[in-house]
Amino acid sequence: MSGAHAAPFVQPARFEFTPESMEQVDRHIAKYPKGRQQSAVMPLLDIAQRQNGGWLPEAAIRVIGEMLNMPYIRVYEVASFYTMYNLAPVGRHLVQVCTTTPCWLRGSDQVMEACRQSLGVRAGQTSADGQFTLIEVECLGACVNAPMMQIGDDYYEDLDAGSTRRILDDLKAGRAPAPGPQIDRINAAPVGGPTTLKETA
Amino acid sequence: MPTLTIDGKDVTVAQGTTVLQACEIAGIEVPRFCYHERLSIAGNCRMCLVEQEKAPKPIASCAMPAADNMVIHTNTPQVKKAREGVMEFLLINHPLDCPICDQGGECDLQDQSMAYGKGATRFHENKRAVKEKYMGPLIKTVMTRCIHCTRCVRFAEEVAGVEEIGAIGRGEHMEITTYLEQAMTSELSGNVIDLCPVGALTSKPYAFTARSWELEKVESVDVHDAVGSNIRVDFRGKEVMRVLPRLNEDVNQEWISDKTRFAYDGLKRGRLDRPYVRQDGRLREATWAEAFGAIAANVNGLPGAKIAAIAGDLADLEAMAALKDLMANLGSPHIDCRQDGARLDASVRASYLFNSTIAGIDKADALLIVGSNPRIEAPIVNARIRQRWLAGGFRIGVIGERPELTYDYDYLGAGPGTLGEVASGGHSFAEVLRGAQHPMIIVGQGALARADGAAVLAAARQIAETYGMIGDGWNGFNVLHTAASRVGGLDLGFVPGDGGLDVEGMLTGAQSGAVEVVYLLHADELDTSRLENAFVIYQGSHGDNGVKHADVILPGAAYTEKNATWINTEGRVQLGSRAVFPPGDAREDWTIVRALSEVLTGGKLPYDNLGALRRRIAGAVAHATAVGDVVPAEWGAFGQPGLLGDAPFASTVTQHYLTNPICRASTIMAECHAVIEPAQEGTGTHG
Repeated sequence: MSGAHAAPFVQPARFEFTPESMEQVDRHIAKYPKGRQQSAVMPLLDIAQRQNGGWLPEAAIRVIGEMLNMPYIRVYEVASFYTMYNLAPVGRHLVQVCTTTPCWLRGSDQVMEACRQSLGVRAGQTSADGQFTLIEVECLGACVNAPMMQIGDDYYEDLDAGSTRRILDDLKAGRAPAPGPQIDRINAAPVGGPTTLKETA
Repeated sequence: MPTLTIDGKDVTVAQGTTVLQACEIAGIEVPRFCYHERLSIAGNCRMCLVEQEKAPKPIASCAMPAADNMVIHTNTPQVKKAREGVMEFLLINHPLDCPICDQGGECDLQDQSMAYGKGATRFHENKRAVKEKYMGPLIKTVMTRCIHCTRCVRFAEEVAGVEEIGAIGRGEHMEITTYLEQAMTSELSGNVIDLCPVGALTSKPYAFTARSWELEKVESVDVHDAVGSNIRVDFRGKEVMRVLPRLNEDVNQEWISDKTRFAYDGLKRGRLDRPYVRQDGRLREATWAEAFGAIAANVNGLPGAKIAAIAGDLADLEAMAALKDLMANLGSPHIDCRQDGARLDASVRASYLFNSTIAGIDKADALLIVGSNPRIEAPIVNARIRQRWLAGGFRIGVIGERPELTYDYDYLGAGPGTLGEVASGGHSFAEVLRGAQHPMIIVGQGALARADGAAVLAAARQIAETYGMIGDGWNGFNVLHTAASRVGGLDLGFVPGDGGLDVEGMLTGAQSGAVEVVYLLHADELDTSRLENAFVIYQGSHGDNGVKHADVILPGAAYTEKNATWINTEGRVQLGSRAVFPPGDAREDWTIVRALSEVLTGGKLPYDNLGALRRRIAGAVAHATAVGDVVPAEWGAFGQPGLLGDAPFASTVTQHYLTNPICRASTIMAECHAVIEPAQEGTGTHG
């Protein structure tokens, strides 16, 4: 977890999976043959993070370690290796702006600047109301639609400063902006519509 | 058996050998950081790159299996360039703080950058800095120096059996740490200091006290448990600066326990550096002549039956031999080296040895542990058991406490009842033993130092004989001792003679007045308050338990201060060497006994130097000259079949870090006791 440098915070002493989470946990653990339950560590960490408002408390690492019979340090290694696990609290909306070369060439600086102005925070910070955390990330694999950002589970693509501001304003107002390309484009097809294979089956 | 060509030389190696190992067999040095013979292969440092013909790029020789017709070059321009490149990358984030680094002078990175590096860097940006991590009272960390070889991580997981160290983060942000920076709770943790190829993990107690090139070195043997780990004592002037392991495949491989490594500061505290005599109820400093005079006044004229001697855990073979002779001269049959009261039988050597030998554990395929917690009684033996267990096909049963060991085991029961069931074949584990080719039993002092100890010993013998532990070339009957002196004492026959009293009898006799003089030779693990009525002579190195009721104190030498023979739990004869001289007026132990004999009625002992004494010992104990070897012992009848008690077995070691006067004088051991032992208790190590 290299992105966010959170302000000092208090780790909850306990963590428990809710019955709904437990259902998913059991489903993932059951996927693996007996004695190989440790393979379920990544989905379990994700379930715990979702249940806990987008970040993984230390107590959850211990709970999962005990559940999968793994030493805590091994769970912690996994949780700290992947940037998608947040080991410190994040805002309700985690705004991840891609700044890797393709996005950067296509104007990710303007997207980042728009986020900064709209949210009043710099990369790595959480807005005062706790609603938004802004971070800069490496390639998210949507280079065709550069520049792009990810908010929560959704990709917002083909951005510019204006569309970025509009999306953030929608979220602030509690509306759900439509994910995907923000210009006249279907998925990853050419702008303005397909130029080949126009007929769909 | 693949045959490959390395630098023009044909080498034939065993199947499964790596290219790096093949290079070593061919006598060619290949630099490396992450590769270590006793750990799994990681292949992440890339320093061992060599050129393989027909391969498109250099190969990591540590991870490449040797194959037939491979042509390897280790001295081409490509290899040189590859090594220089790797070294340059490694040094990008490694600080150039060798002048203030404790590893300086014995650092793999320093040596290899001299030998294989470029000599200059092209990196002008800032180096990264990593916060130091807390790893407990023994390991000092400077994590900025870490090159992420992960040797420490692999050691903790594979050898120590405590998965507490890991690598968190990734790439540029990777850091080695224990979980939440808790102290490492292994009794072998100090070995990561030796394993670390750079100065990231160094010894906390040794920090900034000496440079490796200022130290003189002497090869010796450890006495903190009965394993007899081979050690190197580094000293400067008259001070022991540190203790390091020495390679011995048959005993400690290349590991030593933390107690072995770090208890050395106890050698400088609480020492007896001059004789003392009790006068008007208070101990006062005295000369040797006064001390001997006081002893002569109390001993001469006394019938031998009123004199007793106890040899403690840290008594060397020579001192015990001299004391035994002295007691014989005085006509006393009351001698005993079994300070903890273990019902060991000195007449059959096989009954008190770790007969399979420690290396023999590798061959065993089933193990029954009775009344022992090897993890705290002999961490090195425990590591060997774990090594065997990791290889698979090794069932382990435990009778006694339920300790947190570093391997899985079947818990059979707490006391002699279960032992009886196994012996009679009524227990399911009996089938495991019966089905094994090389079954093994380890009997701890916890099973023997009790009233029914002789019956337990007999039951253990029955198990050994019933389940085929005794056969051609295999003796799986093992007694695990906790005291370095014990096997030597038993070999010498330092046990009660005809009509002689054992330790318990001596203490009772001292209370009742039947015994008037008690000679304690390095004997501290006793209830000395029971000696209040007797005239007590204490000979030892530390002002510990033994001096509390002593009337005369004779200052002896600690294990680093004498040339002495030690016989470990296997019966292996090993020589300890003097690194420094004993402090003040203290003397080597056998010379004290020899000098004392001159003023006592029996007359002077017939040896004036160590050689003469050793020749005398060799006359009585033939194998004492077979230094370094284990002379196999003949099987025989021992133990007394009888009624087994009900009390559960409990290890005789309750405080691993405080088992003898040297440890108890050590502030480092006190800190370990305070920090690490509670942490282990939490996981049940203390059972």
